[in-house]
Amino acid sequence: MAKVLSIIPERCTACRACELACSVKHTGEFNPTRSRIKVSIFLEEAVYIPTACTQCSEAWCAKICPTTAILRNDDYMAYYVDDNKCVGCKMCVLACPFGAIELYADHGKAEKCDLCLSIDGDPECVKFCTPKALLFTDEDAGPKAKQAATALRMKEVYKEVAG
Amino acid sequence: MGWTGTILRVNLSNGSVTKEPLDLQLARAYIGGRGLATKILYDEIDPRLDPLGPANKLILATGPLTGTNAPTGGRYMAVTKSPLTAAIACSNSGGYVGAEMRYAGYDLVIVEGKAPHPVYLWINNDRVEIRDAAQVWGQSTHETEDALRAATSAEAKILSIGPAGETLSLTACIINDKHRAAGRSGVGAVMGSKNLKAVVFRGTRSVKVAHPQEFMRACLTAVAKLKADHGSGEGLPTYGTPGIVNVINAHGFMPTNNFQFGQFAGADKISGETIHEEILIRNKGCFACTIACARVTEVKAGTFKGSGEGPEYETVWGLGAMTGVDDLAAVTKANYLCNELGMDTIEAGVAIATAMELFERGYIPEREIGRSLRFGDADALVEMTEKLGRGEGFGALLALGGARLAERYGHPELFMGVKQQAFAAYDGRGAQGIGLGYATSNRGACHLRGYTIAAEVFGVPRKMDPFSTEGKAALAKASQDATAFVDSTGTCVFTTFALGPADLHAMLELATNAGYTEEEVVKIGERIWNLERLFNLKAGFSAKDDTLPRRILEEPIPAGPAKGKVARLGEMLPEYYRLRGWDPQGVPTPEKLRDLGLYPTP
Repeated sequence: MAKVLSIIPERCTACRACELACSVKHTGEFNPTRSRIKVSIFLEEAVYIPTACTQCSEAWCAKICPTTAILRNDDYMAYYVDDNKCVGCKMCVLACPFGAIELYADHGKAEKCDLCLSIDGDPECVKFCTPKALLFTDEDAGPKAKQAATALRMKEVYKEVAG
Repeated sequence: MGWTGTILRVNLSNGSVTKEPLDLQLARAYIGGRGLATKILYDEIDPRLDPLGPANKLILATGPLTGTNAPTGGRYMAVTKSPLTAAIACSNSGGYVGAEMRYAGYDLVIVEGKAPHPVYLWINNDRVEIRDAAQVWGQSTHETEDALRAATSAEAKILSIGPAGETLSLTACIINDKHRAAGRSGVGAVMGSKNLKAVVFRGTRSVKVAHPQEFMRACLTAVAKLKADHGSGEGLPTYGTPGIVNVINAHGFMPTNNFQFGQFAGADKISGETIHEEILIRNKGCFACTIACARVTEVKAGTFKGSGEGPEYETVWGLGAMTGVDDLAAVTKANYLCNELGMDTIEAGVAIATAMELFERGYIPEREIGRSLRFGDADALVEMTEKLGRGEGFGALLALGGARLAERYGHPELFMGVKQQAFAAYDGRGAQGIGLGYATSNRGACHLRGYTIAAEVFGVPRKMDPFSTEGKAALAKASQDATAFVDSTGTCVFTTFALGPADLHAMLELATNAGYTEEEVVKIGERIWNLERLFNLKAGFSAKDDTLPRRILEEPIPAGPAKGKVARLGEMLPEYYRLRGWDPQGVPTPEKLRDLGLYPTP
């Protein structure tokens, strides 16, 4: 069963531990600018939104890559960059609608969230997310849980409206 | 490893900017943050100098764990000579600024001199500019951050002062990330005296640790302990620090109406539970913090409408119980004003409470204040907080802090604090350990310089009777030393609810590879404490300053569970000096200094 990275922004506390965990696992150093997950913090509105690659089914980054350096691991349904093939042309950076793939000047290759499968397939960000805003779950568990939560809210509203 | 190895030194008088290599032997001996900055301040300034003069220095300091995944690893310290107490000042804060300073490549930033006109520092990795701050001078900390982020980088992290710091209020703090405060000892006034409005950081470099994989494992172990602990894993995330309002009140040592009482009838109206129900939007974590005790709140309607972060426990006390105000909206509004105008909520609250008692006893005439100022008056609280922050009218006197205010009106005995710094939210008559802690704290009355309440109320590491003096000298010393160590690593003292020196030592050693032993790190805490003491002795302090106000020593708490109690400082102080290896005058003996590596040339 493929697993996905589920993000639940309303649980995020804006601590950015995920950014650190990601950067250190992939680079050996703490550097949020090298993180493949980013927490956008809107202080005024008290809204904190972690974003990472959504692993699109139809992945434009992979489609556009002239050297087919962006490949999919079918076990995980996750895309990763083959460093040997990447030539640093930045086409993927242009193509991604979310800004989820970046080019790092110091090695000239694209980097994106690959659910840590290039290392061990055990996403480090999730381990450090104590408020559980990040979950690594079965592919359909995320949406199903959200559906159930929505139904629960609707039930409460229905009870209120119906008296 | 662990340290970036670079100190940034900026002289505002002549505009020079230099980068110096960090002396790694010194760094090893003092770790970072509070310890390292104190050592540098001790070496570089005359402790007798005028804290608001250009010769004073302001050191912004991070620890080796700042900017790493060590839980709560985001702290920075502001170390300087305090204009409030004339003693060593060391105020610490979370948020994101400390980490960003490290990503810009610096362990410490030393600010010297005085700019000829208002300026801000723009530290963008290697590039450092002293820029004109005319357009933000006079603005709130929030306006300043927005304007300077627009002028520099959307990703910039900023610390600044508000009007309180600019007008040299002795209650002034440094605010970063809009809502976090390096709160105590008037450090904001030191920035103001240097014409330094703000420091803006942007860093894109890496912080490196010696053994990344093992370090991350040690971090995960620490995270698990923090989550499993009742206080750091449950109480603080759910109710924040105000979660203890009802607990302390029930013990009968919640200082009320300027320490006239030990219990506050309106306590529950300003408690963590009530905050949770009425104004909490969500909780928030500082950088790398797994606890997330910050309260993001909003007062949705009414006179005191607003939004921001807070109030903390000390704030609902200082602006609440201490002033007799039980209107949560008013207390919260006063808190927002403190953040925006840049004041310490404790010092501001206590100044207002002092004025209230002076007024009620007829020592301040109404015409001088421009209104009546009675305990429990919510409107007066908010009005006075704003006036204090802007230094307007009677606010200019409040801005001096409670000690100078009480002295000015001929009743210094009505100021509740030590070394001219206000007490925190625990009455030393009820909790004997904290009384001793306040009296001996190097930065004046303070609960964060040895939180004996952990043992006296919460049973961490073991339960001790708050009313008893037995073992309190040892407790105070141990927690003072431990806190000095924690403050030097770049992490938050709240971790000590669940983590011991062994946990922190593990992370520190894996980060630095400096060969620290567990025994040694605690001893470093003791070294730091003694160095601070040496600074204060040179500044002119002596054993006679290790005392408490007459009310705390002689007037028993009138009612409640702590009824009849006074602080029995005399029973504890000689033992404390002895345990510290100090002579009966409170001066460290040469043997002790030698033992700590502070002799002959500290």
